[in-house]
Amino acid sequence: MSENKKLYSNALIFSLAAAITVLIGTIVTMFLPMFTEGMHPKLKELKPYTALQLAGRDIYQREGCVNCHTQTVRPLKSDVLMYGDYSKAGEFAYDRPFLWGSKRTGPDLARIGGKYPDDWHYQHMTNPQAFYEKSNMPKYAFLNDRKVAVEKTISHMKALGFPYTDADIEQLKNSTEMDAIVAYLQSIGAAVAKKAILQIDESMVEEVSPFAGNKDAVLKGERLYKAECAGCHGQNAEGNIGGSLVDYAAAENPDRDIYLTIANGFEGAMPGFAAACKSNFFVTYPRLKVQCRALRLSMTKKKSGRWWSTLRV
Amino acid sequence: MSAIFWGVIGLVAGLWISAQMWDAALNLPPYFSFGRLRTFHTNVLVYGLGIGAEFGVFYYLVIRLTKRPLLFPKLARFHLWLFNIGVAIAGITLLLGWTQSLEYAEFEWPIDIAIVILWVIFAINIMGTIFKRKEQQMYISLWYIIATIITVAILYIVNNLSIPAGLDKSYHLFAGVNSANVQWWYGHNAVGFLFTTPILAMFYYFLPKSTGLPIYSHRLSIISFWSLIFAYLWTGAHHLVYTPLPDWIQTLGIAFTLFLIAPSWGSVVNGYFTVESDWSVMKNNYLTKFFIAGITFYGLQTIQGPSQGIRVISSLIHYTDWVPGHVHMGTMGWVTMVICASVYYIIPHIYKTTIYSEKLANAHFWIVLIGQLAFSITMWITGVQQGAMWKMTNPDGTLKYTFMEGLLRNYPYWQMRTLAGVVFVVGMLLFIYNVMMTIKKGKAELEAKVEPATATA
Repeated sequence: MSENKKLYSNALIFSLAAAITVLIGTIVTMFLPMFTEGMHPKLKELKPYTALQLAGRDIYQREGCVNCHTQTVRPLKSDVLMYGDYSKAGEFAYDRPFLWGSKRTGPDLARIGGKYPDDWHYQHMTNPQAFYEKSNMPKYAFLNDRKVAVEKTISHMKALGFPYTDADIEQLKNSTEMDAIVAYLQSIGAAVAKKAILQIDESMVEEVSPFAGNKDAVLKGERLYKAECAGCHGQNAEGNIGGSLVDYAAAENPDRDIYLTIANGFEGAMPGFAAACKSNFFVTYPRLKVQCRALRLSMTKKKSGRWWSTLRV
Repeated sequence: MSAIFWGVIGLVAGLWISAQMWDAALNLPPYFSFGRLRTFHTNVLVYGLGIGAEFGVFYYLVIRLTKRPLLFPKLARFHLWLFNIGVAIAGITLLLGWTQSLEYAEFEWPIDIAIVILWVIFAINIMGTIFKRKEQQMYISLWYIIATIITVAILYIVNNLSIPAGLDKSYHLFAGVNSANVQWWYGHNAVGFLFTTPILAMFYYFLPKSTGLPIYSHRLSIISFWSLIFAYLWTGAHHLVYTPLPDWIQTLGIAFTLFLIAPSWGSVVNGYFTVESDWSVMKNNYLTKFFIAGITFYGLQTIQGPSQGIRVISSLIHYTDWVPGHVHMGTMGWVTMVICASVYYIIPHIYKTTIYSEKLANAHFWIVLIGQLAFSITMWITGVQQGAMWKMTNPDGTLKYTFMEGLLRNYPYWQMRTLAGVVFVVGMLLFIYNVMMTIKKGKAELEAKVEPATATA
């Protein structure tokens, strides 16, 4: 008790005791791990940001994108289905700071790189509501009118010790802030090999859509088209970033091919919608009978069985 | 002596009112996340309102608890001006897009340096006064004040270590996973040592002062204090559950987070049992319910928080609106309640008067309470809905909803939340009005006293 009295009546001893108390947890969970390998992993394929990408990342930070978008896919089934392969520790070695975020008001962006063509990002950043009518994302059209700050970006590259060439600087001089942020977005997750989370093959799909001629399904499909496809293929399927579907339908592709195209997409050109497709749900458009139904993926069985087991859940 | 006395008044009133002005202005814009404004909102509230109030209240507390005037009263006045200018400039830089993108540490390095200078000025004055105190034993509130000053200094300096690249830009000294670990060690403890320990310091002083009831158990407060400040620093990683941070750090973080319930509830129980000896104070003393409601939300917060750390629960509610719901119960229910009650206590005391209107203060209490509950509850509902919609799958294993479908279902809740925010702000405006009128009343009474004195002389 006498010791106690001393502790609470000597401010210096008390302050030291408090400092030591808070430092124990600090040292164990924050300071010591810094010297372990687990904190500094780097994937072989990981490259430092180019000057244009870094300029884009600076803009991403400046606009506070991190407040609404995370950049880390959790090793959870639903996260992986929605976004793609879960995040690896070795993807972030050049990230100062990390931009994992803490809130998904918008979707995660860890697998956004290469998911859409550049054009999609230009148009979507300029006017997100053209793609999703009720999207709450602010318009970033002003980035189209601003030139990249070349000198600043060079000094940033130097501060980070990232290599760059004269050609990179030339490119910077001719770029808008929109060019930069699109370049950055397309670089996210580039170190991890793309793999389709759900790859649908021919054997899984009927040759002819079982919904052929079903009016309800056509209506549902039209709604789905407006929500998910019209941004790229146009409100009337006339084509925009993606090709004209009027022409596509005229070509009378077999149902199964259409189905597989929608489910699997084309890398870098069109995302696959397999994971987001609802069972017994129809994607169709006048004269375009596409069904996206019944992805009875045998996921629980053989093929993708292995895929589940890689998750830490 | 009296000069110092008036200096403190200037401080507390000045700080408080300036801080409140940030608050009211900031709660008005719509909440839909807008990158720069959100950062502005959190930082101006944390640094302007939260820390501003803490500076002022701590000066008041330390003078009482050490039974001596501040060591450097003029420095405190300077500190006030520097603080107000600092918050104004710092807020502007955030709107300009100067940000480190580290949550609650967004300010760029020039502002960081200014903040460290401010903190050092504050620390010198407070610690100096404590070292030269006239009261031998240090009361519980002083422990929490000392812990706050030391820990915030360590946290803030380490996490803001960065490589400057121009006036408006710097890059975190730490990269990738390490950057995340340092940031959330900071982030979680910034909450702990800016929103928990300082508020507990106020709670432990003003609850017994305003009710006249002694703290129930001194031993319990000792145990709570040491275990709280020990365990807090281990818990940051619960913000990084299911990220690529090494699993052992996550698990350790979660375990200590669960442990943290104990010391938190130590203070909750201590608060309840203090009032247990005479519950009539709830009725007769308008301040008691602020403290008791505050400590109740602290209790709920410290049960909810640790449960959110558990992996299964985290997987449902992390990244959803549940989390802002949680945060706002803490800030609106616990921090704001206790700060407001402390100010209600302090202002009449320095102006040697009574509160302008108890009725208004009661109205303030209920309005703020309703606003905060409506805010948090709508956020919890929408958060669970969001998390569930993200997870929901069809029998064949595909996702039931697209991201957009989930988002659209949030809109009605977000509108309700804005409404709840308006209710809360109305309550806070009543508070500011009440405090201003009390000051006016106090000054008028003082003049009335001075006049006859000079007349007779």
